[in-house]
Amino acid sequence: MSEAALRILLVDQNVTRASILEEGLREAGYTDVTVVRDMQNLLRRIVDADPDVICIDLENPNRDVLEQMFQVSRVDAGPVAMFVDKSDADMIKAAVESGVGAYVVDGLKKERVKAVVDMAVTRFKAFNDLRDELDRAKQALGERKVVERAKGILMKERGLTEDDAYALLRKAAMSDNKRVVDIAQAVITAAGLLR
Amino acid sequence: MKLVIGFIPLLDCASLVVAAERGFAAQEGLDLRLVRETSWANIRDRVIVGHFDAAHMLAPMTIASTLGIGHVKSPFIAPISLGLGGNAITVSLSLWEQMAQQGASAGDFTLAPAAALKRVIVARERAGIEPLTFGMVYPFSCHNYELRYWLAAAGIDPDRDVRLAVIPPPFLADALRVGQIDGFCVGEPWNSVAVDAGVGAIVTPTSALWPRSPEKVLGCRAEWAQRYPEPLEKLLRAIYRAAVWIEDPDNHGEIAKLLAEPGYVGCSAELLHGALKGRLALLPGAHPVPLEEFFVPARHSATFPWVSHAQWMYAQMVRWRQIELLPEYAAAARGTYRPDIYRAALAQLDVDIPRADTKPELFFDGRTFTPPP
Repeated sequence: MSEAALRILLVDQNVTRASILEEGLREAGYTDVTVVRDMQNLLRRIVDADPDVICIDLENPNRDVLEQMFQVSRVDAGPVAMFVDKSDADMIKAAVESGVGAYVVDGLKKERVKAVVDMAVTRFKAFNDLRDELDRAKQALGERKVVERAKGILMKERGLTEDDAYALLRKAAMSDNKRVVDIAQAVITAAGLLR
Repeated sequence: MKLVIGFIPLLDCASLVVAAERGFAAQEGLDLRLVRETSWANIRDRVIVGHFDAAHMLAPMTIASTLGIGHVKSPFIAPISLGLGGNAITVSLSLWEQMAQQGASAGDFTLAPAAALKRVIVARERAGIEPLTFGMVYPFSCHNYELRYWLAAAGIDPDRDVRLAVIPPPFLADALRVGQIDGFCVGEPWNSVAVDAGVGAIVTPTSALWPRSPEKVLGCRAEWAQRYPEPLEKLLRAIYRAAVWIEDPDNHGEIAKLLAEPGYVGCSAELLHGALKGRLALLPGAHPVPLEEFFVPARHSATFPWVSHAQWMYAQMVRWRQIELLPEYAAAARGTYRPDIYRAALAQLDVDIPRADTKPELFFDGRTFTPPP
């Protein structure tokens, strides 16, 4: 059986992340990939796409919509969910930590589908790490602006050089066991009050 | 000790929020970290993989996980209930109009409105119109079973005569507005949100279908409970004290304000206040009416994990073909509820605790669920 025969459905409202995963899957030879971004009538769309495996981002409240498909697993022969036995525990952990939920619709293809889920986990994790890094960079930039403003206030009010103003902030931070940005924020707040 | 607890933005996460915010957890030496989640599936998975020590859970979900229906089998326990009731069935204004023409009237919580709905459904079927769609929040939820019970009581087959669809609570009012669904069963504040938005009519609070009915529980893995018996007992005492505090009408305003914060439920404090007082507007623009024992956080042993509740839920899973009827499944469902842990935790508080684990459960159609021995 070729990889191309697997039908894969991605449910992700994050366009960039979905494209990264879609691209990876296509490169690996999976050609039948459907991406759903519009959550209206999600169940209907899934039924129409008739996938073998579904990957959904965990930030999506519609994950519960999807679970409806798996409520019947014992009495009637129907779709089964991924992770049906205890041996899947490590895989659930990896998936949840990377922020992806995976479901196998056809239990017989479970082994083949594992490669797809593994890729979803890896790509989601890479994307989320990148996003976290970006958030941190943005935060660092914001903090630098705060420190710059505080330095400016100290230079003006106390007639310090830029280096001395920073040294003063640092010294206060160290003696108060606080971060420089917190002291800088306090300086800005205080200056606002005294104005 | 630090405990991480997952929750979904709903009125009945109140005792967890109050335990964390009003010092009841701290009093027990617990540092409660509440984490808001977006889906019940995430809550379950994050308890299973150990991100959460325990969570605000749909009571039937703990049983479904224990039995391994629809997902990995992972034994859960429910050692305390997070209150009784708090749900309602709401329909679109156009469906309400059709039901009213068939004899339904606002504030009538008998079988009559469901019987009127049955006549609407029969008429639609004769005219060749598509079946009605009802929303609920999760396949293993009291909402699903209450809605099905209500429909079936009037002779409506929930699997043949209507369609049932899972829709997350915050999307229900919009789904009703655009006609994606014709009605739903959900916990507060989401019924009132639909009425307030002028798109829905509350047909019945589920407290009228089944007085003092279960809803959410604190759920955790059985293994976790075994490994951390003392922190669990402390947590139960903190939740119990928080629930008693919530019961006091003098505190309702403060709780509503607290829950209304974006980090918790994030909706209008006024709607939450109404639900806490048990006063809901049934129709857009109508005055709120008092509903008897609508949401009960602590009174009437509301936090006690009645084993008969677990037995009823398992019976519904069997009734609606989610699982077979087998003695070992019945025993596992029963064993998910842990009144023994509840009693041990609360023994030192000198409060009234039921001696029996089960009781007969009375329903609006005159039927009684007698728990099997």
